[in-house]
Amino acid sequence: MTTVAAAPRVLVFSTNNISDPGIDLAGSSHLHYPPGAVVISLPCTSGIKPSWVLYALQRGFDGVFIASDGDECAYLPDCSERSARVVSQAQALLSEAGIDGQRLKIAAICSVCAEPFARQIRQFCDDLSRLGSGELVA
Amino acid sequence: MAKVVEAARAEPGVVVAREAMFTCSDATQSEIVQDITDNQLDGLVVASCSPKLHTLTFREVARRAGLNPYQYTQVNIREQCSWAHTDDPQGATQKATKLVRAGIARTALSEALHPLDVETTPRVVVVGGGVAGLRAALGLSDIGLEAVLVEREEHLGGLVASLGPMSPHGRSGHEVVARLVEEVARRPGITVLTGAEVVSKAGTYANYHLVVKRGDELLELDAGQVIVATGAEPYQPAEGEYGYGLEGVVTLPQFEALLQAGEGPVAYQGRPLRSVAYVYCVGSRDEQHPYCSRFCCSATVHAALQLAARNPGVSQYHLYRDLRTYGSNEALLSQSRQRGSVFVRFADDDPPEVTRGTTDGGLQVTVRDQLTAGEELRVAADLVVLVTGLVPHDDPGLVRALKLPVGRDGFYNEVHPKLRPVETVVDGVSICGTCQGPKTSAEAVTSGLAAVALAGALLKAGVAQLDPQVAKVDPVHCDGCGTCVASCPFGAISMVDGRASVDPAGCKGCGGCVPVCPRDAIDLKGYTDAQVRAAIDALAQGVLA
Ligand SMILES: Cc1cc2nc3c(=O)[nH]c(=O)nc-3n(C[C@H](O)[C@H](O)[C@H](O)COP(=O)(O)OP(=O)(O)OC[C@H]3O[C@@H](n4cnc5c(N)ncnc54)[C@H](O)[C@@H]3O)c2cc1C
Repeated sequence: MTTVAAAPRVLVFSTNNISDPGIDLAGSSHLHYPPGAVVISLPCTSGIKPSWVLYALQRGFDGVFIASDGDECAYLPDCSERSARVVSQAQALLSEAGIDGQRLKIAAICSVCAEPFARQIRQFCDDLSRLGSGELVA
Repeated sequence: MAKVVEAARAEPGVVVAREAMFTCSDATQSEIVQDITDNQLDGLVVASCSPKLHTLTFREVARRAGLNPYQYTQVNIREQCSWAHTDDPQGATQKATKLVRAGIARTALSEALHPLDVETTPRVVVVGGGVAGLRAALGLSDIGLEAVLVEREEHLGGLVASLGPMSPHGRSGHEVVARLVEEVARRPGITVLTGAEVVSKAGTYANYHLVVKRGDELLELDAGQVIVATGAEPYQPAEGEYGYGLEGVVTLPQFEALLQAGEGPVAYQGRPLRSVAYVYCVGSRDEQHPYCSRFCCSATVHAALQLAARNPGVSQYHLYRDLRTYGSNEALLSQSRQRGSVFVRFADDDPPEVTRGTTDGGLQVTVRDQLTAGEELRVAADLVVLVTGLVPHDDPGLVRALKLPVGRDGFYNEVHPKLRPVETVVDGVSICGTCQGPKTSAEAVTSGLAAVALAGALLKAGVAQLDPQVAKVDPVHCDGCGTCVASCPFGAISMVDGRASVDPAGCKGCGGCVPVCPRDAIDLKGYTDAQVRAAIDALAQGVLA
């Protein structure tokens, strides 16, 4: 079943004002993480559609990492709860599709969380390598 | 880079793909305008640095070329690609190719968006009446904007109001504040509310409604912008920290008060001071407060000069880790050396110890001097001054009312310390002075004036443009369930003829309503379902090495 995967491909959802600056800072500090991680930035974590997570995994990503605003969101006071709801709905979609829930991860990344971001991505890539390739579509 | 350009050129819909050394330079900007007009292009993708830096630059380039600014996409191949993967050039090149493809895919699905023009309210609420807030209020009045200064205490002036002669200029803090307060009182365009606090902010871009509580009174104010200048507070040492709690161990503010207590020789408990030790960086540059408080080295050296003048023959020992008497304060440092101050450097992990001395009432400070090969020195002192820095206020009420972004150090966060130094991510709210981090008085005032310039740029034009990247409801798919109406804390969605409808002036563009719609009928413009899926497709595609 599992093929020996090349470097894992990770889709990161970040947010324009909070986690994306943190990810920028990781780059400006030359903190390395695998280049298989690519970022789509949105205004706010609460705006992620659960179906996008499933779609990304079906299109060949090995994992989806939500770099969330946590409590720093400037829009929504209940952003953390909303993001948690997005994640649990996405998990439900994954389990329906027979995809391992460990392929979705969420962590709050603040605007200066450069080191935590790089570390989380490295760790997530390691975990995904252990899970094997996410080849789900023929 | 050439490989990335080549791959981009091969993408469907791409007419021109080129490489530039400095894409933001005037020359390249002109080339882009030329390309767009020559080829009548309807989309622009710039792959360079982070969108935080030059999105506005290239929106303007698009506009000059007659292209809708929202049909331009910035792709970050520097901070999020080349700089992050300096250990894997090939991987970085492949990633850049994918990122550019995703940008192209997203742009191909972009639609022209038109910002809504709104009239602005030519009044600014300044929260906090320290030097930064006072100077900001005057600056606003200088440029013809109305200012309302909201101060929590009964008196204006903040920390500077309690200071005597200040570094570097030697003018007394009371006088500095008195002059500002007098000038503020003279200006008809400035209203001062003391004993007052902001309790809420609502409204839309450049037209906010604030509620201010003064005693039992609730006042309503309209404002186009809010400037937060709430300052910081001196660090309070813990009992036992460098002997704090022992008779004769005082903080910098307490020492300042002592200097002001009378004329002639400075005395503690009735006895003129003959020997004083200063311990620097107390409550700064430690694990809990990793920052430098900026003003304290200079303020201390300045205070030591006053003491030397008033108590001839006094011995002064400055125990420091690093000295930051920058700018014109450097001259104060030289002077204090000439006047006999002794500077002893201790190591971060080997702090001095303050104990009760052997003689009555005296103190003893033990320190290992790094500059004389770690020699242990014992200093007998009448007074030990802990040079305490600034810590952030804990002000949950204001943070909640204005949704202020609090950084990890507890100070409020600007968007970018160099490029957007007084703006916050919250629209209509800027910050200045020491609420954003420790500063000297002059630096606090400078940032206050920067906030004035920002408010002027926004409000003097009379009209502002709202970001058109707002939510929209597809009326065909909407079944009128109202889930989104309840989910919007800004009240921007309402039911019109049984269908949800978004007020573009009230929508903040967060997209929080998008995933709550059970019918998938809401899109955030600029981040539509089709655009995100197209970007995912492009990013998931393999890349040939
Ligand atoms: C002992 C000491 C010595 C110093 N010596 C020097 C020196 O020699 N040279 C120098 O350049 N700098 C010196 N400083 C630093 C200087 O005090 C600061 O740079 C300056 O006070 C910053 O001004 P500010 O307006 O930003 O803040 P502040 O002075 O802190 O003023 C903030 C104001 O906001 C008000 N406020 C707070 N919260 C609210 C709220 N929620 N609503 C309404 N109002 C609110 C406060 O009551 C206060 O009036 C010294 C500081 C200390 C503590």
